[in-house]
Amino acid sequence: MPPAIEMDKVTKRFGALVANDQVDLVVQPNEIHALLGENGAGKTTLMKVLYGLYQPDQGEIRIGGQPVRLKSPADAITHHIGYVSQHFSLVPTFTVAENILLGYEGAAILDRDAMHRAVAETARLYGFSVDPGALVRDLSVGQQQRVEILKALFRQCRVLILDEPTAVLTPQDAASLFDTLRELQQKHLSVIIITHKLEEVMAISQRVTVLRLGKVVGRVATADTTAAQLANLMVGRNTVIVTRNTDHRASEKVALEVDDLRAIDKRGVPLLRGISLAVRAGEVVGIAGVAGNGQSELVAVLGGSLAPDSGRVRVNGREIRLGDPRTITSVGVGRIPEDRLKGIVGDLTVAQNLTLEHIDEYSQAGHLNFKAIRETAEQLIKDYQIKARPGDHARALSGGNIQKIILARTLSRNPAVVIAAQPTRGLDVGATEYVHQKLLEQKARGAAILLVSEDLDETLILSDRILVIYEGQIVGEFAAGSADTEAIGLLMAGSTLKRGAAEAVEPT
Amino acid sequence: MLGLRLERGPAPLWLRALIPVVAILITFLIVSVLIVAAGANPLETFYQLLIVPLTKSSQRAELLVKVTPLLLTGVAVTFAFASGYYNIGAEGQLLAGALAAAWIGRQFEFGSPWVAIPAMILGSFLAGMLWALSPALLKVRLGVDEVVTTLLLNSVMLFFITALLNGPWRNDAGWPQSPDIFPAAQFPQLFERTRIHLGFVIAVVALLVLWWVFTRTRFGLEVRAAGIGPVAARFMGVRVGRVMLMAALISGGIAGLAGASEVAGVHFHLIDAISGGYGYTGIIIATLGALTGPGVALAALFIALLDIGILSTSRELGIPVYLGDVIQACLLLVALATLLLNRYSFRRIQRD
Repeated sequence: MPPAIEMDKVTKRFGALVANDQVDLVVQPNEIHALLGENGAGKTTLMKVLYGLYQPDQGEIRIGGQPVRLKSPADAITHHIGYVSQHFSLVPTFTVAENILLGYEGAAILDRDAMHRAVAETARLYGFSVDPGALVRDLSVGQQQRVEILKALFRQCRVLILDEPTAVLTPQDAASLFDTLRELQQKHLSVIIITHKLEEVMAISQRVTVLRLGKVVGRVATADTTAAQLANLMVGRNTVIVTRNTDHRASEKVALEVDDLRAIDKRGVPLLRGISLAVRAGEVVGIAGVAGNGQSELVAVLGGSLAPDSGRVRVNGREIRLGDPRTITSVGVGRIPEDRLKGIVGDLTVAQNLTLEHIDEYSQAGHLNFKAIRETAEQLIKDYQIKARPGDHARALSGGNIQKIILARTLSRNPAVVIAAQPTRGLDVGATEYVHQKLLEQKARGAAILLVSEDLDETLILSDRILVIYEGQIVGEFAAGSADTEAIGLLMAGSTLKRGAAEAVEPT
Repeated sequence: MLGLRLERGPAPLWLRALIPVVAILITFLIVSVLIVAAGANPLETFYQLLIVPLTKSSQRAELLVKVTPLLLTGVAVTFAFASGYYNIGAEGQLLAGALAAAWIGRQFEFGSPWVAIPAMILGSFLAGMLWALSPALLKVRLGVDEVVTTLLLNSVMLFFITALLNGPWRNDAGWPQSPDIFPAAQFPQLFERTRIHLGFVIAVVALLVLWWVFTRTRFGLEVRAAGIGPVAARFMGVRVGRVMLMAALISGGIAGLAGASEVAGVHFHLIDAISGGYGYTGIIIATLGALTGPGVALAALFIALLDIGILSTSRELGIPVYLGDVIQACLLLVALATLLLNRYSFRRIQRD
């Protein structure tokens, strides 16, 4: 039997960047194949080539032994390929059945009952329990993902591509997704799962292809390898998987105090439901949680971009006015924004982006002091190893270098409090390590750091204490050194089972 | 085989410099069709239009008269657009300034020019600012779209002036124009036997102020940051609303100056056709000039040259005067289309 998918020496370039360099990928029928690599290794690009979203510059794709040209997703669907991206393409106000049939309706007049029957039939065939009549907006993220998969199955896919499917899921939902994938395998489907999580590769796949910087660096049967070997291949050197922070040296002084923050969005949905926390000087407090549980709003309030409906924030004992970025920075709060592209003005220069936040200090009587701006920029570029010249447009820089601009302008002022939101999202290993090192330097200096990250490993590595946020509330507190990841996962998922136990853990 | 491919990415400098030239060439190609349809030779037309006026000293002087209001409205629109505030109301703000100038000019029968002229400049600036105030406040405080409000206020001011000129301000001869302003309030001529007046100096000063503010001052940096990246600018502590409000008011004020310049330097009274669309042309100039001082200066000169040239060309070759407007409009559309090239770069590729 020929392989389900063969990608033969596929090369895809974006300008000077070679995203995929002569990549070979072979997926057998009835196989769960992991595509492993760091952020930016070229995994998603390769899969978008396979799904017809990108055209390869070189190379050949064979499906069931036959060479094919996939000019669009429609071609890929014809060849029984399904793709579930990280960002779902569902219409929230449509029902499950409507979403699944969208673009596949058949006749001009829709027969609701027939639609529901067809969807229910497919769901039953693959062992899914979904209500075809439920509105998608009422479903949990895990259920929505199930609908996306069902959509692909409904279009008779034989090869299902999943792009980082667990990134948006709680550990419990992820386990249940894996059960589903094994079920699909029983029904003779092939699954390609894109991931950068080693445990997932070990848990679910039979074979694994490892990409690094656009090239294949390993192709092994999962049974013949170990997580440590794969990590080695993925990053190109020996890494420590997760070393938890054990260096607790917080002082007694509370630098950041948050008291009963509440915020409601325009539709009246509560986003923050009475958040209180304290961070001491020299301490890193990590906020763990599944995306969308109030982290963004907490960061926005502490960064000065959002005025809460009620609640107080004190920095070094002094209450501060909320909702104004200038007030926040003037009392010594440094902010690393959640979306780094919203922290820089891309069409301004690197030097301007480094100084605009404190432009008062670089101007006299309204005139810019170009000499001071240039000197500061040159110094910070040197200190923070930013690969750019002061006059370059910030837009042209890589994500890592943009993050360095933000770190440089924030941390060089020795802030008393650092609000670090998703500080390494989308960065490669080198840049991630650099950011971690800089944050730990700040901690050693005595800054109070509030770390908000969706990457639980990162939170474990950096934090002294971990707070779990769920639906706008802090639902648990753990000492990072002894935190039980399962207990954290349960709280992140809103489980009340262990909440009592978690609260019994004494904070350090 | 070698080929060229268009890719997304910042355009190289040579391409950016080429864009205005390409825009003008494409515009001429399009307009050539119309010129041929009008029964004239395109090359001769462009020669008459753009070269001949520059060979005559009287025409060169007229060019500077014509460029005066265009520079002022171009600078006015640039101030607002750069901050992300799309002021389409320079026309109305110009008329407000003209109205103020016509009134102030009547208050100095026996006064000194040293009082009358500064009073007029200040008064028209304030009038333009005042006319720009309500849409700017609505935008900054309530998020009301300024394109609509500023545009509509243009008609309000135009009809208000028309009513005024047909009613209480009708002059003694019964024409719908205001009584002439007194000599003390009239802008002095700069050179003998030309119509170049003080307004030209004001326009050049406004242009220099624009250039200085945008390149040298903290406020200019904040305006640009607010215009290009409002979210990031706000994050970095720029008070985007306040900056935008200031830019909108300065824009209105400078447009008001254009009104004073036309009343006190050219017509000496108010008529409802005092502007003839300078406020709208200012949008073309600001866009063609890429919201920079030198760009606005070049674009204003080019448009003024077209305005001057079309009159003599029309006489010489018998083509309609409206062709001048067609050229301007085409140029704007083509410029907007070609500006997209800014976001692309050509790449040489090897094909098998």
